[in-house]
Amino acid sequence: MSTLVIAEHDNSSLKVATLNAVAAAQVMGAGIDILVAGADCGGAAEQAAKVPGVGKVLVADNAAYAHQLAENVSLLIAEVAAAYDNIVAPATSNCKNTMPRVAALLDVAQISEITSVESPDTFKRPIYAGNVIATVKSTDAKKVITVRTTAYDAAPAEGGSATIEAISAVHDAGISAFVGEEVAVSDRPELTSAKIVISGGRGMQNGENFKLLDGIADKLGAAIGASRAAVDAGFVPNDYQVGQTGKIVAPDLYIAVGISGAIQHLAGMKDSKVIVAINKDEDAPIFQVADYGLVADLFVALPELEAKL
Amino acid sequence: MKVLVAVKRVVDYNVKVRAKADGSNVDLNNVKMAINPFCEIAVEEAVRLKEAGTATEVIAVSVGDKSCQEQIRTALALGADRGIQVETEGPVEPLVVAKLLKAIIDKEQPQLVILGKQSIDGDNNQTGQMLGALANMPQGTFASEISVDGDKLNVTREVDGGLQTISLNLPAIVTTDLRLNEPRYASLPNIMKAKKKQLDVYSPSDLGVAVTSHLTQVKVEPPAERKAGIKVADVDQLVDKLKNEAKVI
Repeated sequence: MSTLVIAEHDNSSLKVATLNAVAAAQVMGAGIDILVAGADCGGAAEQAAKVPGVGKVLVADNAAYAHQLAENVSLLIAEVAAAYDNIVAPATSNCKNTMPRVAALLDVAQISEITSVESPDTFKRPIYAGNVIATVKSTDAKKVITVRTTAYDAAPAEGGSATIEAISAVHDAGISAFVGEEVAVSDRPELTSAKIVISGGRGMQNGENFKLLDGIADKLGAAIGASRAAVDAGFVPNDYQVGQTGKIVAPDLYIAVGISGAIQHLAGMKDSKVIVAINKDEDAPIFQVADYGLVADLFVALPELEAKL
Repeated sequence: MKVLVAVKRVVDYNVKVRAKADGSNVDLNNVKMAINPFCEIAVEEAVRLKEAGTATEVIAVSVGDKSCQEQIRTALALGADRGIQVETEGPVEPLVVAKLLKAIIDKEQPQLVILGKQSIDGDNNQTGQMLGALANMPQGTFASEISVDGDKLNVTREVDGGLQTISLNLPAIVTTDLRLNEPRYASLPNIMKAKKKQLDVYSPSDLGVAVTSHLTQVKVEPPAERKAGIKVADVDQLVDKLKNEAKVI
């Protein structure tokens, strides 16, 4: 059994999501290599080589892969995939964009967002917004798999010494181009990797009131999230969204403020270790999953909480 | 330009779906069905392109049994011009749906194909990207804004940490994210008119596509339940519990 893990990185460094995918790959068996496709991505490749249990790090360093354009990267992965039984990637927005193209090029199914490896060909994955867990068996000889990162603790980042091998193949489909990006700049930790997340919902009433979460987030070193209701209402940008259609998070502590607990939100946070809910409606479904529930007006409770932390 | 929109019939998003007690499948008896919310956004975007004079014709296509004609009619009521049903039985995997849609692309030669980013039943998030690979078209997935610029399409995408804008050569594939638009409601006169619009039906064999299966659903089960927690009396008790019991702050 041999597995190729697709690295999620920003060229200079490896993202922790890669280590979650490596952890899933380790359950599938030994023989793990990592592919780093990017431009000036030597930094990320060197970090990938330190991951214990990795045989080789394949590096495709070319301008064509600079912005992870799916049209180009999928051609590369499909070619490199020839030598492997499993192609495993974290379910990040880059890999969700690219991997189904790889699967189609290989004429195989993709098994999306697995949460468990049951056997070499059988996996568990959530469907219907996480209301149901399906066990699926693949009949493809070569398997393309994305991994829900919150289902696997990150593999260790240090201690290995894989060989680094350059791939000279350049695939530039020439049909797409990167124009620009707006990356939300924040001193706070990233939502998906934060140890503590505090999220606001429709109960926040407007975007201005999200500032009430700032002081608490600063004191706790927390990331700020939101429910889809708050995003749909225009309170905050979509990259705050926690839920089945947004980001899936599993921090040590998740504080839900003014969030009723719609199914689609719960799907994005119910694997958190400790959940706190603050809501004035004592019947809100969020209390059914909360370890600690506080029935209170958030406009009173939040300033008090900030003061007492 | 001609725009092709794919729509899927799924369980209504308000329905809480459960696994059957024997784990054989999800229980879909007597549940309300609807157009997949992301597909509805796709239809709306195509209709807006037509209203803006960019699109000349909007074709709604669905893959499924006869009942999916209901969702094609919904798309027609929202403003699509004509419909295509590819008649299949039972569940069809994303790769096969992509192959069937590729065959429709070959027939219709659209300049733009818009799909939802994922369907809320299987949550696969695959079909648009697979179609891109099969048709050798560029893709703008998870789109929050699109604009046609000559023979190019600019797409702003929702990505981890923010937004990314890319430029695609037409013809291209777009998959919709939530904030691309807010779909309209179909008016009664438009619902009536939709009943008279053209709807062609093809079988997979008409399109030369074999319906294959790569995955078997072994069983389904409910997710692990969280055990019920406690209600705290006030902020002081909450802070105390977090510090001394849960030890997370």
